[in-house]
Amino acid sequence: MYEVIAFYLFAALTIAMFTIVVMSKNALYAMSALAGGMIFISGFFFLLDAEFLGVVQIVVYSGAIMALYAFGMMFFDTTRDVSEKMRSKKIAYTLFVLSAALIVIILCAPLASSSVQANFPTVEHVGNVQMIGLVLFTKYLIPFELAAIMLLVAMIAGIVLASKKMDEHLNIEDEELGNVKESR
Amino acid sequence: MIGLTHYLVLTGILFSIGLVGVMRRTNLLMLFFSTEILLNAVNIGFVAVSKFYGDLSGQMFAFFIIAVAASEVAVGLGLLILWYKRNGSVDLNSLQMMRG
Repeated sequence: MYEVIAFYLFAALTIAMFTIVVMSKNALYAMSALAGGMIFISGFFFLLDAEFLGVVQIVVYSGAIMALYAFGMMFFDTTRDVSEKMRSKKIAYTLFVLSAALIVIILCAPLASSSVQANFPTVEHVGNVQMIGLVLFTKYLIPFELAAIMLLVAMIAGIVLASKKMDEHLNIEDEELGNVKESR
Repeated sequence: MIGLTHYLVLTGILFSIGLVGVMRRTNLLMLFFSTEILLNAVNIGFVAVSKFYGDLSGQMFAFFIIAVAASEVAVGLGLLILWYKRNGSVDLNSLQMMRG
């Protein structure tokens, strides 16, 4: 009973948060709603006995990725509303039809996969974190190392890209403002 | 009781919200947010399958998806900041330089 209530509560909250992200005109509201949605998703992971992934979700998504977005948004003008207009209706309708077909395929996929065998079956009386550690450092060791190298490359790329021309003015308006101040 | 179907339907709903975002927004920052929604929806599906089939592979895949999402954000945000410095806009239409 507890599980049912928790599932429906988290489902409603997550859908509401992500709808705000998609529909909001203000980038700051969208980012806050996204951070909230990530934390509610970690609730699903705890419900599904995946404690390790729940903790990783909170630490990585709500901690690292959202902080990165928050720092990145200091470069953009976030007080202004995001003005967008769809120009080509035909492309939009085609994409909506295609995505509807994709959803149908996703929801029908379990019918075709009724004979799935467990590759790494879970063991009774062993904690989730312990099992993940065992599988990660035996069967998935090389992907793990590759992921580490990928994160290192991404970190260097992020630093190099964002720090380029850091000492110059951010946009033309600031530059004009600076010229006016210098001429006085 | 909550079964696998409930979780898969929820995954489908969240994934479609993300798809609507990818198609509707033209601001590049909002496109990044929608991509995060897509990745998270897939993660829920993987973990649900992992639980109900008693298999750990799903959780492993979700773990690596989180790593990929983190590096994607680092590189993508760096490129976005560079583009904003050069153009003063993160709108998708400002990327169209060779309009036919």
